[in-house]
Amino acid sequence: MATLQNQVEPQKTRGIATLLRGRAKKPGILPGFGLSLGFTVTYLSLIVLIPLSAVFLKAATLNWAQFWSIIAAPRVVASYKLTYGVSFAGAAIDAIFGFIIAWVLARYDFPGKRIADALVDLPFALPTAVAGIALTSLYAPNGWLGRYLEPIGIHAVFTPLGIIIALTFIGLPFVVRSVQPVIEDLGGDVEEAAASLGANGWQTFTRIIFPAVFPALLTGFTLAFARALGEYGSVVFISGNMPMRTEITSLLIVSKLEQFDIPGATAIASVMLVSSFTLLLVINGLQARMRRTGEKV
Amino acid sequence: MSIEVRNITKRFGAFTAVDDVSLQVGGGELLALLGPSGSGKTTLLRMIAGLEFPDSGSILLNQEDATKHDAARRRVGFVFQHYALFRHMTIFENVAFGLRVRPRNLRLSKNDIRDKVMQLLALVQLEKHEKHFPNQLSGGQRQRIALARALAVEPTLLLLDEPFGALDAKVRKELRRWLRRLHDEIHIASVFVTHDQEEALEVADRVAVMNQGKLEQIGTPQEVYDNPANAFVYNFLGNVNLFHGRVDRGRVRISTMDSESQEASPALDRSTLGYARPYEINISRESGGAATVHARLVHIYGVGPKVKLELQDIETEAMIEAEIERTQFVELELKQGDEVYVSPSNLRRFVEDYSI
Amino acid sequence: MSAATSKGKVRAGDAPLVKWTLIIVALAFMLVALVLPLASVFVEAFAKGWQVYLASIRDPDALSAIRLTLLASGIALTMNLLFGLAAAWAISRFSFRGKNLLISLIDLPLAVSPVVAGLIFVLLFGLHGWFGPWLDDHSVRILFAVPGIVLATIFVTFPFVARELIPFMQAQGTEEEEAALVLGASPWRMFFSITLPNIRWSLLYGVILCSARAMGEFGAVSVVSGHIRGETNTLPLHVEILYNEYNFAAAFAVASLLSLVAVVTLAVKKIIEDKTGIRGEKA
Repeated sequence: MATLQNQVEPQKTRGIATLLRGRAKKPGILPGFGLSLGFTVTYLSLIVLIPLSAVFLKAATLNWAQFWSIIAAPRVVASYKLTYGVSFAGAAIDAIFGFIIAWVLARYDFPGKRIADALVDLPFALPTAVAGIALTSLYAPNGWLGRYLEPIGIHAVFTPLGIIIALTFIGLPFVVRSVQPVIEDLGGDVEEAAASLGANGWQTFTRIIFPAVFPALLTGFTLAFARALGEYGSVVFISGNMPMRTEITSLLIVSKLEQFDIPGATAIASVMLVSSFTLLLVINGLQARMRRTGEKV
Repeated sequence: MSIEVRNITKRFGAFTAVDDVSLQVGGGELLALLGPSGSGKTTLLRMIAGLEFPDSGSILLNQEDATKHDAARRRVGFVFQHYALFRHMTIFENVAFGLRVRPRNLRLSKNDIRDKVMQLLALVQLEKHEKHFPNQLSGGQRQRIALARALAVEPTLLLLDEPFGALDAKVRKELRRWLRRLHDEIHIASVFVTHDQEEALEVADRVAVMNQGKLEQIGTPQEVYDNPANAFVYNFLGNVNLFHGRVDRGRVRISTMDSESQEASPALDRSTLGYARPYEINISRESGGAATVHARLVHIYGVGPKVKLELQDIETEAMIEAEIERTQFVELELKQGDEVYVSPSNLRRFVEDYSI
Repeated sequence: MSAATSKGKVRAGDAPLVKWTLIIVALAFMLVALVLPLASVFVEAFAKGWQVYLASIRDPDALSAIRLTLLASGIALTMNLLFGLAAAWAISRFSFRGKNLLISLIDLPLAVSPVVAGLIFVLLFGLHGWFGPWLDDHSVRILFAVPGIVLATIFVTFPFVARELIPFMQAQGTEEEEAALVLGASPWRMFFSITLPNIRWSLLYGVILCSARAMGEFGAVSVVSGHIRGETNTLPLHVEILYNEYNFAAAFAVASLLSLVAVVTLAVKKIIEDKTGIRGEKA
């Protein structure tokens, strides 16, 4: 134990600043601390931090009235409502079916399981633009699915439903990959303990398994939701981009940019950034909680 | 090769891992650094190796200041606690690594490297495994490979961090005797870290006992065991009974025992602690007067050649652990609940009181 | 994972009726949600036959889009690979204040909408941006040119290698590297013969994810590219243009190339996962 402790905390007190300024003493034998951390921090600042701060600094050049008139314009507010609504719906569908897929992949054997497992990540690997045109062609009135849906009055293309379909596609792997490892890690002993205490299968599921998996499911849902809020490529083709009806917030930013309304685009972007950073905090909190409660006893 | 550590101190933030430690290791000696978790023994070993660098103090190798030299320059062999075998290399490649990374002008020929590695593998009795990968070996075998790899660079000093820590009890015992024999054979100055007092006392030429970053005592196993410098050392080296008492005007009163104090300056009414090992507790059916404690036998653990007894001091209700020969146990006809008289044959007191 | 079913233990949901119902529901959903879109790309691509397919891909604009995509993703991959190695080395091998903050900041680009990722470079390098006037004076083009596309691609794929390597290297510990140094290896020797071989699968995993995303990035690149045919169009942008021109067969032909890359990515990824037990965490 002594050794563990000793190795875990070498040179705890020296901050980045002191280290970057050059150290008087060698902290340990491993080389390259200054070089690797220096490169990391510089690159992070140049590529991510400074560019991102540009959004807020640019938005800050607007006065409050200008800013408010942009971000609270009816067309913009309609886009928030739509974006949040369809993102929530997509993530909810992902949560339901993602849970079932994760469950099936984690607990059952069936032919084609490995292919199914690999296929789950397709939305990560397939470019969003490709997904967008593929889904549009599938659900178009003469498409493979559209030709059966249109006659019964279900119109997907150029409606919010189409956006939900695209966002469901994009978000599915987040749920499956959050939930699957947790189901795999469930100790069989817990289930056996429940059974030995007289629980039936359904009781074991609702009282033992589901509560254990729920935090992961919630994390997966939130990740899918967060991704959906900013999604662009897969939505732009199927949505039809009608203001007030099927125009999501990312699209609105693009159309402002195309009209060279850079302040407008920036103001809306700053609202989006704040909401996605808030979600990021929520996700981090959820994951930290999962790590705390997820440790095996 | 000799090592001298002079007033070494190392801090990690507010925590002082090693606090002003000085010690020497002579050529060919096997020294154990013994101490509980967090006592600084591994940090001290890593500083001797050149894996960490002290905040103050110096390290001399062969009377030469090596404080600022890194590990490679010190020519130490280091055996890591979890062996640190290179998992993507075969056993042969692992042992050969140190020879292959030498600068070209100092490097042995391919054939010489091969001979040398095979010789080392023979030394650790694992020649047959040269083509295997580390994960194909048992823990004990990995440990021996780690040792062969460390020896390949012909170190002037061998350092081992908890060398048997990750092994199960039986392998551990075999391996530590093997290490002792190997050490007698190759005879290079060696230091190993352990938290197991039995291991330290059995294997080492000398034992350095550490606690909270400080060196408490250093000496041969016999010295530290028979003449512990303080209560911590005494306590750490084996099971112990504690007797609370008071010292007053030249007399020591511990439980119902009353005796003369040997202290030079008689203290005035101060609390004190007496220590005795379980096998130093005598048990008798008759009272021995002022030198005995009246106790009740609470529990008997009777398996093995020795019988362990759990007793309770009737006056103070403190628990006392005793260990007696089976023959004596039979002679005394002891049963649970019996009242007996207990006297420590060798009650020790230390000037500073540690809380244990 | 699958062993438990064969042991004959009773687990929740193992009754055949429940089991097969769930399997069918899961597979049916995956068929509709994942397989059909993928299949439709290839079917639509060949809807007008081989000739049209080949012609669409051999089109000079398509070829220039392929070149630009490879160039941009190649640069982004190299940069983010170096960054990932440096960040993972610093974070997993040393302790310093602010480490947790640094880890969170590395993940930041994942939380940014691709469109906003493009926008930030417009704000920096556009005509009215921070550096726009200076760049204009010196006739350096970043926005609506290749450098802008490269920057946007680097941004959106920024964390991919790092976030695979960091947890992996943290779990690995430092003993092997220290052992190499004690045995006399130089820092570079240690890096190339101990560190790199040990992290090779995790590194490859990150590289695969990074390059798939880099080649397919649409939103961010779309904002900064300016859509100049034959010059600043990447493959996804070329797909968009063809599609908006109602040239569906050509759009899907080009899209099928990207889909092929995606399928290969999934296959390699699965192989690495089965071989090593690595499973990347994504967000």
